[in-house]
Amino acid sequence: MPVSFDLVLLASDPTVTPLTTPFLQLYVFVLAGFVGFQIITKVPALLHTPLMSATNAISGISLVGSLVAAGADYSTYSTWLGFIAVTAATINVVGGFMITDRMLKMFKRRERK
Amino acid sequence: MHLAQALLNLIVSAAEPAAPAVAATAADAATGAHGTASGGTRELFIQICYLGASVLFIFGLRGLTSPDKSRRGMQLAALGMLVAIIGTLIHHDIVTYTWIIVGLVIGSAIGAAISIWMPMTAVPQRTAISHAFGALAATLVGISHYDQITRVLAEQVTRVDMAALGFEVMFGSLTITGSLMAFGKFHGILPRPPITYKFQNLSNIALFCVAALMFVYLVVTPSDSAAHATIFYLMVLVGLAVGVLIVIPIGGADMPVVISLLNSYAGLAASATGFALGNNVLIIAGALDGASGFFLSILMSKAMNRSFTNVLFGAFGAAPEAGAAQSADGLSVNSISVEDAAVQLGYARFVIVVPGYGMAVAQAQHAVRELSDLIEERGGEVKFAIHPVAGRMPGHMNVLLAEADIAYDKLLDMDEINGEFPRADVALVIGANDVVNPAARNDPASPIHGMPILNADQAQSVIVLKRSMNPGFAGIENALFYDPKCSILFGDAKSSLTKLVAEVKAV
Repeated sequence: MPVSFDLVLLASDPTVTPLTTPFLQLYVFVLAGFVGFQIITKVPALLHTPLMSATNAISGISLVGSLVAAGADYSTYSTWLGFIAVTAATINVVGGFMITDRMLKMFKRRERK
Repeated sequence: MHLAQALLNLIVSAAEPAAPAVAATAADAATGAHGTASGGTRELFIQICYLGASVLFIFGLRGLTSPDKSRRGMQLAALGMLVAIIGTLIHHDIVTYTWIIVGLVIGSAIGAAISIWMPMTAVPQRTAISHAFGALAATLVGISHYDQITRVLAEQVTRVDMAALGFEVMFGSLTITGSLMAFGKFHGILPRPPITYKFQNLSNIALFCVAALMFVYLVVTPSDSAAHATIFYLMVLVGLAVGVLIVIPIGGADMPVVISLLNSYAGLAASATGFALGNNVLIIAGALDGASGFFLSILMSKAMNRSFTNVLFGAFGAAPEAGAAQSADGLSVNSISVEDAAVQLGYARFVIVVPGYGMAVAQAQHAVRELSDLIEERGGEVKFAIHPVAGRMPGHMNVLLAEADIAYDKLLDMDEINGEFPRADVALVIGANDVVNPAARNDPASPIHGMPILNADQAQSVIVLKRSMNPGFAGIENALFYDPKCSILFGDAKSSLTKLVAEVKAV
């Protein structure tokens, strides 16, 4: 299978100036922030606590960076930092999603009589 | 562990049929996440995973716009996380899985244990500590990244990368200690009243400026200069100190704003990690978290009639000069017996319950539910009026009431319920104070003037369950308690409610 994906081309294209990537990242950040803000303003006050633990679980995505640091064998120092980071982020991810679900399970509508 | 390793190898080889899984060399790592042409398929697979995860996160949050769709939404978000993790595990830099697996196992065990056995009243503590964990992960990834480039590879950190790393460890470090302080306050380890001292604001601002100067130094100075690493680690330390110092002067009543703000910072730290690593899913997830925390802190500030700057720097404003406020001298309160209160509630057609944190402290939610069931059995209607800052964190009161099996369609926001108070026969105020103080509406001299409140004073009659006549958090007298149509049932909320339930049954 020939490897000729745009993504790879983009990365190896010498005409792409170093500033482009950070700028694209900035676009991603700003737009994601707007999307987030738009959705979150529609979350009822009823669910604000689950919202916070949900976003907390989602921001446990730092795990992604931690995994690389823990497994890349850059240096013993990095591996240790990465290991602690993986543990901390996993507590957030697993705990965050589980507690959010436990809370959401409690919200019940009135039974029709 | 062997099984997991085999499974991972399988995923790696499936994702990359053309090229064998080659362990990345240090030089390879230096080229960053983009990879070489041979790593293209793998890189594409990772990027698709990240894109899918980002979309699933957004769908997940959208689920939270309605309680019926919320659980399914969060399952999607959790799936997104799994996809992102699987994608990352085949990253070409990862050569050994031992520590990853150990970390994942320990983290999962701790996370699961906390979430299964933790009481719902402790949600604010858990949230605070998890902000600390999230920020810790981001900070450590930042330090590891910096160390990898400057020391192991002995290369230059570009200015753009250094700026991202700087934000990452700054936001990260101050969120770690700030959240730990918040945890301490929630958990009662630290004193709830603000800790203040002379020149506090001045010294905090000075320290913040020092951190900012270090940041600028790190960005403009080449990273191979002698002092660079020292300044970098010093900046982390200063960040940790700033986190402590900005939270200790904030009083217990302002904690909903603080925890929202720390939520936002933890998100921004994750986003900055994404900038530093060139990883979009981190940027997106962090931005969602940052936006959410920011929105909630604005909402909480508004609900408390405080500006951001006022909460952060005028913390001492939490103990306002009560001199101008109405004095209680010469006024008297009507005390009511359990029997009379039970008669009033038993024959009421419409009761609005106003729960405050005092109710949760007394663990009286279940007694409240029993009372409300009884009133409904007798043909009355019961609704709950929830002030945005009724709990210790945004939405906390709703969780506590839902846990007591109170249907969520009876839990109404301030804006939804305020128009209904004049129609209510009884407003039953349980352990709430400042949020029903009419001075916020009527008395321009009151320190809480302008704060949005629940209009309990507009109900036909008001019954307040109260331990004593001590004023609330804000330390101000509440005119509602001296209103002729208001009567006070003194005692612990839980025992009063239990007695009320027994009496209403007998009515």
